[in-house]
Amino acid sequence: MSSFFAILIDGAIYASWLFLVAAGLTIIYGVMRVLNMAHGSFYAIGAYSAASLVGWYFSGEHGNPYWSFLLLIGCALVAGAIVGIIIEQGLLRFLHGRDEILMVIVTYALLLILEDVTKLVWGVDPYFAYQPYRLLGQTAVGGSLRFANYDLVLIAVSVLVGLAAWFVLNRTNKGRLLRAVIHDREIAVAMGVNVNAMFAATFAIGSVLGALAGALTAPAISVTPGIGVEVIVLAFAVVVVGGLGSIGGAAAGAILVGLSRSFAVHVAPEFELFVIYGVMFLVLAIRPQGLFGQTLARRI
Amino acid sequence: MSIRNFFTSRTEPALLLAAVVFAGGAWLMPAWLAFLLTLALAKALVVLGVVIQMRAGLVSFGQALFFCIGGYGVGLAAQYLGIGDAFALLALGTVAAILLALACGWLLTRYREIFYAMLTLALSMILYGVLVKSSALGSTDGFNVVPPSFLGWVPEGDARKRTMYLLTVLVAAVAAIGFHRFMISSLGRVTEAVRENEIRVDFLGISPQAVLFVNYVVAAGVSALGGGLTALASGHIDPDMAIWTTSGEFVFIAILGGTGHVAAPFIGAIVFSVIRTFAIQEAPHFWQMTLGVVLLALILFLPKGLWSLVARRSKKEAAA
Amino acid sequence: MTAILETRGLTRTFGAVVAANDLNVSIGQGEIVGVIGSNGAGKTTFINMVTGYLPPSSGDILFDGQSVIGRQPREITRLGMARSFQVAQLFPKLTVLENALVSLVAAEGPRPSIFRPLDTPERRERADAIFAEFGVTRYRDALVSTVPQGARKLVDIAMALVSRPRMLLLDEPTSGVSSEEKFALMDTVIAVVRQHGVTVLFVEHDMEIVARYVTRLMAFYSGEIIADGPPRSVLGDARVQELVVGHHLDINAVLGAAA
Repeated sequence: MSSFFAILIDGAIYASWLFLVAAGLTIIYGVMRVLNMAHGSFYAIGAYSAASLVGWYFSGEHGNPYWSFLLLIGCALVAGAIVGIIIEQGLLRFLHGRDEILMVIVTYALLLILEDVTKLVWGVDPYFAYQPYRLLGQTAVGGSLRFANYDLVLIAVSVLVGLAAWFVLNRTNKGRLLRAVIHDREIAVAMGVNVNAMFAATFAIGSVLGALAGALTAPAISVTPGIGVEVIVLAFAVVVVGGLGSIGGAAAGAILVGLSRSFAVHVAPEFELFVIYGVMFLVLAIRPQGLFGQTLARRI
Repeated sequence: MSIRNFFTSRTEPALLLAAVVFAGGAWLMPAWLAFLLTLALAKALVVLGVVIQMRAGLVSFGQALFFCIGGYGVGLAAQYLGIGDAFALLALGTVAAILLALACGWLLTRYREIFYAMLTLALSMILYGVLVKSSALGSTDGFNVVPPSFLGWVPEGDARKRTMYLLTVLVAAVAAIGFHRFMISSLGRVTEAVRENEIRVDFLGISPQAVLFVNYVVAAGVSALGGGLTALASGHIDPDMAIWTTSGEFVFIAILGGTGHVAAPFIGAIVFSVIRTFAIQEAPHFWQMTLGVVLLALILFLPKGLWSLVARRSKKEAAA
Repeated sequence: MTAILETRGLTRTFGAVVAANDLNVSIGQGEIVGVIGSNGAGKTTFINMVTGYLPPSSGDILFDGQSVIGRQPREITRLGMARSFQVAQLFPKLTVLENALVSLVAAEGPRPSIFRPLDTPERRERADAIFAEFGVTRYRDALVSTVPQGARKLVDIAMALVSRPRMLLLDEPTSGVSSEEKFALMDTVIAVVRQHGVTVLFVEHDMEIVARYVTRLMAFYSGEIIADGPPRSVLGDARVQELVVGHHLDINAVLGAAA
């Protein structure tokens, strides 16, 4: 029984992390039809800026340690927005409407560039920012199980991000416009939606979400070169499983992948990675548009 | 006679001549250069697999799957089956990859565009995930490949490097000529028609999926050959052979060289390997950035790759 | 006359829209049948179902007495039914010659060789003969994407005929073709199909074209055939004039101009 709870809670923690990582990716794809490989770099940049800033905050007397949480979120907003806007305005806006697979390759090039940029800015030595993680302590569940409260808070944050995205898309005018663009770009353009401005905003929001995922993860890991590259294929797995471009799909994909992995880790650890990509492959093979994706008709 | 026709007849002698020059170089060049070129040519074979898929309109972000299968096939057969002969090992690795491709090709060739890219990526990452956790196969460290024999002869040191180089040149030459013929074959040209308009191919009476399937299996075979040669030459295999960034490198080289000619991936792979060797010595922290910038520049300014420079010059000469 | 194509109770719905309602059509060997109807009347749906691109909701399609329901387009092509497209469906980044070579190799069998080259002297010769027949020889080495619309339509139809089909379906062969070129195009196509005894069914908007070339005319309206017979009687039908042509048609003027 306790191992069942362990699988469930570990799965929920991992799923919420996956959702945070994948949310920005799926929003950008949904609106812009860009499967953004550089999303991994946004994650890494978020993690590095958070780790270095939190490290600085705790290195001296800077007041209440709980302010460091605001620092995490604040630096993700700033770093993600800056990087996102530079990339969208500097490069991607010249490539709107290009072939999807070409955009994968373009953003792959961006990923390669940003990988070295992060090395140039932060060096190659690991960064640690464990203080916020320790600060919240642990909770014992049913005797033998202990979970870090930080991880449990992460679940709440992830749910909040999901609800916020849902609210914006379904209950605000801007969100409805966005959905119109997702649904049928040609008609949206014909109706006078400023697609360029919408793309820029979307890309900035997506990159902020990527950076936020990195910043919130930073206290739980050692931030080293290559984390972005590791994360991006996981995020791919999640959005592909859920259905590219769908927020609800990203949530469903995250839960499915998260629980499967947690199950593997507890029951058959040698299959940990296999399970993630196995699920991705299975879903694609059976339902290529993903759990929540829409099928597109072929036309003569 | 048209320009195109003239080229077709000139390609094979040119490839042979290049192979002879490369082989002759074995006694002139330092061992390190022979080693570098061995790995570059092996890589070119893998990229050839990516290129023929691109000619069919499909981008594989998981060609490392077959690169790795070829490598592990060679390594495992040498370790556990006691097979020592390089030719037999290469054949085994290639057959293993072809069998795998036959098994998953029918499913994969139902997909297009990013779905194809994502599925190929998922498959290669499945293999990566399995290998990383297989302690019997050395987990993340992989294991060393037993030095092969060449028709009964087991050279040592630099002699082995040169022999490996000659073997690779031989295999690459045979593959280049074979793939030149494949690219101009009926099926090879029909893959281009599938890229251009799949529905019409169907209405002309040919199954696009069947064409893509054959193409996929052929691509798997040549990529595994490249993996096998890499394993034999470097004497080591590890799971990173299957990771997606390795596939990304193959896609990079395919775009660098271009898809217009069988020689393009060879040119791409050699240019790539030479630049990387110097870049990693001189400015290791700028290597990926260089790759990224070059990739963007290629997409924006030279979408048909380095080969288009060669082709443009030849056309001018022919016109003059 | 034996029927080469027959449909029985052929029906297709898209949600609430009925694009084909219980169509019973029988087309005899050697007929040249025109199909008219306003947009959305179900003409292209009919062709798409017959050629295996679109599965019918119910009903049967017999080609040469054999049911083709559930068969892929490529299988139906191999049975001897070819089609062209409203928007020419070619391989834009290949040359006109290469397009023809691909259709020639497809006509030889469903499995192209991975050893023998596509471009052989024999296939080239046949391609050149086809280009001469259709009058597109001067575009032979041009990329299809650079060739004018009318020539593209001709290449599209020529490629459909390469497999020596017994029946040819043409989806608006003159749409997108200039009014100077359209008669030349149709003269060429009809001469070729007559020579080979090919049965033709073609969808057309242009009444002049219809009146000039068909031996039989079918008028579609909202998924049903409201008139079927010789062009004079179909075009003279009051319902056809009201629902399909959209205005009163002076048949004698149209047929006279065509004659």
